[in-house]
Amino acid sequence: MRVRRLAAWTALPLAVTLGLVACGSGGNGGSGESDPNAAVRIEIAEPQHLVPTNTNETSGSQVLSALFSPLVDYDEAHKPYEVAAESITSEDNTTWTVKLKDGYTFHNGEDVTADSYIDAWNYGAYAPNGQNSSYFFEKIAGFDDLQGETPKATTLSGLKKVDDHTFTVTLSQPYSEFKSILGYTAFYPLPKAAFSAPGVLAEGYEQAPIGQGPFKMKGTWQHDAKVEVERYDAFPGEQPKVAGVEFRIYQQLTAAYADVLSDNLDVIKTIPTENLSTAAVDLGDRFLQSPASSLHFLAFPTFQEEFSNPDVRKAISMAIDRDEITKSIFKDSQQPARSFVSPVVAGYRDNTVGAAGEFDPAKAKELYESAGGPSKITLSYNGDGGHKDWIDATCNQLKANLGVDCVGNAEPKFADLLTKVKAKQPVGLFRMGWIMDYPSMENYLGPLYSSNGSSNYYGYSNPEFDKLLAEGVSAPSEEEAIKKYQAAEDLLAQDMPVVPLRFGQNNFGHSTKVKNVEVDLFDRVDLVKIEVVK
Amino acid sequence: MFRFIVRRLLQMVVAFFGTTLIVYALMFAGQGDPIQALAGERPVTAAQRAYLTEKYHLDATGFGGFFYRYFDYLSNLLRGDLGESLTGRPIGEILANAWPVTIKLALIAIAVAVIFGVTAGVLAGIRRGSIFDNSTLLLTLLVLGIPTIVLAPLAQYLLGVKWQLFPATSGADPSFYALLLPGIVLGSLSLATALRLTRTSVAENLRADYVRTARSKGLPRRRVVTVHVLRNSLIPVITFLGVELGNLMSGAIITEGVFNIPGVGFNLFRAIRTEDGPLVVGIVSVLVVVYLVSNLVVDVLYAVLDPRIRYE
Repeated sequence: MRVRRLAAWTALPLAVTLGLVACGSGGNGGSGESDPNAAVRIEIAEPQHLVPTNTNETSGSQVLSALFSPLVDYDEAHKPYEVAAESITSEDNTTWTVKLKDGYTFHNGEDVTADSYIDAWNYGAYAPNGQNSSYFFEKIAGFDDLQGETPKATTLSGLKKVDDHTFTVTLSQPYSEFKSILGYTAFYPLPKAAFSAPGVLAEGYEQAPIGQGPFKMKGTWQHDAKVEVERYDAFPGEQPKVAGVEFRIYQQLTAAYADVLSDNLDVIKTIPTENLSTAAVDLGDRFLQSPASSLHFLAFPTFQEEFSNPDVRKAISMAIDRDEITKSIFKDSQQPARSFVSPVVAGYRDNTVGAAGEFDPAKAKELYESAGGPSKITLSYNGDGGHKDWIDATCNQLKANLGVDCVGNAEPKFADLLTKVKAKQPVGLFRMGWIMDYPSMENYLGPLYSSNGSSNYYGYSNPEFDKLLAEGVSAPSEEEAIKKYQAAEDLLAQDMPVVPLRFGQNNFGHSTKVKNVEVDLFDRVDLVKIEVVK
Repeated sequence: MFRFIVRRLLQMVVAFFGTTLIVYALMFAGQGDPIQALAGERPVTAAQRAYLTEKYHLDATGFGGFFYRYFDYLSNLLRGDLGESLTGRPIGEILANAWPVTIKLALIAIAVAVIFGVTAGVLAGIRRGSIFDNSTLLLTLLVLGIPTIVLAPLAQYLLGVKWQLFPATSGADPSFYALLLPGIVLGSLSLATALRLTRTSVAENLRADYVRTARSKGLPRRRVVTVHVLRNSLIPVITFLGVELGNLMSGAIITEGVFNIPGVGFNLFRAIRTEDGPLVVGIVSVLVVVYLVSNLVVDVLYAVLDPRIRYE
């Protein structure tokens, strides 16, 4: 859902085949001329916010990706390359020098300068502004001084302007992959016009954000209805092949799906679950799949006595037939997972879970009994997310393969589940999902498995893992960092704090009126590539 | 009559505050963790949590906290400020955008119910036992038996996607034509009920003494039916339609969702899903007013239809 696009794709053979088929023919669309004066209509939900540092959901970041151009984007190997930046360099991985490309202007004519970035980031990091993505700036020196109700400072001490188009970012500790983070929505610049006073966002800016990207706003954000943008001709980067985009707001995906079927809408980014089984027939080769960054897993409450033995956890993993569930329940809309990080990050290796990832009921039962696993297992999930089917299927497999009693326990909402888990109530195993913020192994390993990870609700703590992760973060080069991360991931395979189940995919479709539709790792349509068929 | 209306208006004020108190209390009691609900499954940072908690007084809990937040809400309400939703949008503005389209939709639905339901009901009532009567009976049973959650997507798929007679969805600021299909779907349930009510009422009144008297006076059949029978038969139908208008405005959650109409039901659904307390209370408060007013209109219409009904 977050950060920028990854165009072509290599890791998942299925997705590649489907993608190529689509590029080759694409309904009536593949061969026709494209019309640069037409606009495309893309489905989104009502964005929560349209200020870069306050936007951390898909719909908002889709709109902002039209209005802004990021410092870096990601190539096919998931490595960042410069877009709005001329160069991003560091000698010691602590002080980073960002040099901006000349020629970028905001849609109101203002030059994009070092101050545009510094002001925007300071605004985002300042706690009283309550920005959703402020945690992205926590690696920058001086972040702590901007926290609390009455912060000590209003600006990050780590941000220094060198000249109009150069600034330096000093981190509080070395971080080799800082460049990767910079592709995220939170790091877009803001024009002077966005502020009514230093550090105060102008009222109404959010209703018609001014950016420096390939599109500019056409009118204002029409809540619950649409956001319209049109091509910005002074954009110095690659010009889009459409005249504009109408982001049409839908509450229900099924409504958007009906519109795509009747050519009233051009792109639906997520095919609704109930239509997945018929989408291939309804849309033919206009039904497409591409990899996404999400990782779905079952977490063990490792703080509970009965799940504290890694062998019990491995046995449960072995007793689950991932391939069968992804096929019969998810209709191949997701991929079975046997690693602790998603295939969309550099350093991913297939099957790091090892033997515990292989479906082997006999061995699972033997191991489970010798390790003294509990005779009753509960799988908890949030009832509002459509998880019941696969939870029940998993339960049935555990019942059949381990000879245990298994029940699914639905909590009304994810928040309710988290409340119980945080209070260490015995909810049994519980489902979790993770979507990355930036393509790095660290973005999975840190929040999910480190002792003080923001999403480590299962109490997993391995000092050696923490040490390897910290070494990776401050490693002198990315290659060395990845080596450390991989060593850390190997520890996870021994401990099995969670059972990785599935990797997400974007399942999207388009009308007969457009071609070259690509959806990136962050669930955003590539607005530079998409074309309208004449 | 005037005194009656004034008295009813005064009662409405009491009813309004009573219901907002109840709705506010229910939202307050049922509230889990709105900050987490807003963030979905993403972890919420401590800074963000502190910011929202302070802004919406989410830390005021318990009995005292409830009354603190309720009176805070009320005093703002009396100043005409409905407050802000948890995503920071003024609720007054959300409602101002949502109401026009919902009212249009409800009026189309009511018009469909009146034009087709009442007419067909009268015909079926006059020709009791005929093929027309029996076939409408069957049809209405069918419509009453299919819930909107099935009917709406089905109509959308057949008429909007497959045969493309109507636009598949209406969207914001729709034309009359785009609203027609959702209006018919929404009105079909009321249509069926209105038809059954009218038919029974007409059939019963046709056998009444005053009809026999009118006939024996030699009045033409048309005059007997339109003036004598219809007027008396409409009382239960009007009661039903009046209450139904309130229902249609609030109960269009499914229809508005299926046809992507950003009206009141659409917003109410989202507000409930994201545990957006201020927005739910705001919408429901206005719905309460709609119900009260439509009930008042029904009562006044009684007196118009039946001069024997007096409120003084």
